[in-house]
Amino acid sequence: MSTRITIDPVTRIEGHLRVDAEINDGKVTKAWSSGQMWRGVELILVGRDPRDAWAITQRICGVCTTVHAIASVRAVENALKLEVPLNAQYIRNMIVAAHAIHDHIVHFYHLAALDFVDVVSALKADPVKAAAWIQQYSDWPLNGKEVMIQTQEKLKAFVGTGQLGPFTNGYWGHPAMKLSPEINLVAVAHYLQALDVQRQANKIVTILGSKTPHIQNMAVGGVSNPIAVDSQSVLTVDRLYAIKTQIDKLADFVKKVYLIDVAAIGSVYADWTKYGAGVMNYLSAPDFPVDTRGTEFMYPGGYIPGGDLAKYQPIKSFGDDFLGKGVEESVKHSWYTYSKEGPLHPYRGETTPHYTDFQDDGKYSWLKSPTFYGKRAQVGPLAAVLNAVAAGHQPTTAYVTKVLDTVSALVGAKVGVDALHSTIGRHAARAVRCAVMLDLLEANWQKLIDNIGKGDVATYNKPVFPKGEIMGYGFHEAPRGMLSHWTVIRDGKIANYQCVVPSTWNAGPRSEDGAPGPYEASLVGNPVADPEKPLEVLRTIHSFDPCIACAVHVHDQETGQAVRVRAV
Amino acid sequence: MAQSIRAVVLGVGNILLSDEGIGVHAVNELAARYDLPPGLEVIDGGTSAMDCLDRIAECGLLLIADCVHAGRDPGTLIRLGDGELQAFFRTKISPHQVGLSDVLATLALHGLSPSRTVLIGAEPKSFALGLEPTPELAATLPAMVEALAAELTAAGVRLQRREAPVAAE
Repeated sequence: MSTRITIDPVTRIEGHLRVDAEINDGKVTKAWSSGQMWRGVELILVGRDPRDAWAITQRICGVCTTVHAIASVRAVENALKLEVPLNAQYIRNMIVAAHAIHDHIVHFYHLAALDFVDVVSALKADPVKAAAWIQQYSDWPLNGKEVMIQTQEKLKAFVGTGQLGPFTNGYWGHPAMKLSPEINLVAVAHYLQALDVQRQANKIVTILGSKTPHIQNMAVGGVSNPIAVDSQSVLTVDRLYAIKTQIDKLADFVKKVYLIDVAAIGSVYADWTKYGAGVMNYLSAPDFPVDTRGTEFMYPGGYIPGGDLAKYQPIKSFGDDFLGKGVEESVKHSWYTYSKEGPLHPYRGETTPHYTDFQDDGKYSWLKSPTFYGKRAQVGPLAAVLNAVAAGHQPTTAYVTKVLDTVSALVGAKVGVDALHSTIGRHAARAVRCAVMLDLLEANWQKLIDNIGKGDVATYNKPVFPKGEIMGYGFHEAPRGMLSHWTVIRDGKIANYQCVVPSTWNAGPRSEDGAPGPYEASLVGNPVADPEKPLEVLRTIHSFDPCIACAVHVHDQETGQAVRVRAV
Repeated sequence: MAQSIRAVVLGVGNILLSDEGIGVHAVNELAARYDLPPGLEVIDGGTSAMDCLDRIAECGLLLIADCVHAGRDPGTLIRLGDGELQAFFRTKISPHQVGLSDVLATLALHGLSPSRTVLIGAEPKSFALGLEPTPELAATLPAMVEALAAELTAAGVRLQRREAPVAAE
């Protein structure tokens, strides 16, 4: 007999992601991923000034605001063939890197770690043993026994209040929880420290972007930060040096804590390298442009079909036709209709809602289903890391090696790159990418300082919109994966606008030919020990860093049962 | 006279989805109508509460403006104090979602909670696509702004009404 479970919502944010899984003999045999909220924000943009699109699109998503601002200005610049001053590229690159570091740390420690870390178990730990254990692997100054003792006391006091807050409804004591009390305690200590650390990353975004959560400094043609070597009111060299202090603090944490924790936790859950691969076509965008036209990038991107790194094909520049011509979106299984049969290219994309019930074999999601040359593709840090390794990107390769070597030492057997095609591999890849982002943040900081030193203070090229129709697309390798904005501009006004967001690639429903998306494919074969508490399903879904763009977050007084289980 | 407490007014919601954004509209309007004294910070938090954590930490009063589903008539104003908020923020499924409730809980864990938290909410009518709230909610907006101002005044924050509102952002 098979059991069907429905998890709704998977994200706290109301009405977002629903996952259905059919379970036979303790394993998932079929899965459906469904976006539960109509996402038609593109319609708001039609008829507007393309120079305003970035400010509106950064409201699409509740978690990653800046990424839409970046993709949007790039799309309009691509349509105009407008070059961007070097300083603007560097400042954008620093915002991109700082935002990604913030996002990755928050995701791992505050969202995903709790799938693997049993917080309540940490109360039983011996803090001295916990400190001794972690000090074998890292010389991070906050790994001492005093820190572990304090952490445990803090946790005791918090649990004692009866208000577990972020830990409420965790699957404590679940049979799939495997870390020792000591490792759990170390993880809780780092959870608390991560909170301070992610604030450093956020400060960098605030200084450069003038404001968070919604940055103010973006502009089609560059950034609006005036640069000066003497004025107090603008981006000064003094302020830039203040940023460097934040960068150094972040670097210590990412390299001495995050990378080690991922390896340590991953080694205990090594069985999770066998689950969750799903769609193994990996798509990522190059990013961190270091020329004005966007033809040279510090971070490569491209496409790997079928998990075979030897078949890597690069995406080479902004506007590259390899990406530009390869993307289509199907609505065969989505609650939309198109004016004609088959999938549509984003330039010709339509957003006409057509709601039916949840139909297992028909329409069941508000997300569209994107494909790359007709194939499903996985996006995200794993795709980015594998593409970078395939492209011979040295820093990425070095951090991958470091993580895999640490895991190999911990499990006492050689663990290779193949282990990354998995649930736990996505976490490892995110940590690797986070470390690379730090190096890129620092490198772009240096480039900016050097360029200002040469006397170049330009940050903006004024856009001029021609009569008639132009079109362009912008891509950005965001924390959740490749994001692209596509726009058609007619007589200086937006005629069409489509955002193809990372979570659409990963969480989209079946495509035109019935091929499951990455979420759906990755769940098949997952073990589920207890259908009432489908921790394992959440592990795999959370490994993608789910965020269905368009955050609606209403406070809801009703408390519903999130997991429904029925026999089928 | 020195400001007696540090207060933060946080507007949350998505302004692309009509009434979803009422909290953001309310705080922008508050900043447009009143001179904000030192020690009072007004934040358009959008839907990114986690990014505001730094500024919320250890404040004397956190005043949240948002829409609230309470099954009342659209536009009804709802005030929730500390005790009521706990029950309200019960997460549904897992500890994994970073929303406002998680931010508050995280602050509690760190011992950085605001001394007091109050939520002023409005019952929404529609989350249809649109930059403007529905007429019902637009009609409620002035009362919502005054409710926020009254809450601040009661807490000892000295608000000065501007002679003419300045343009909201």
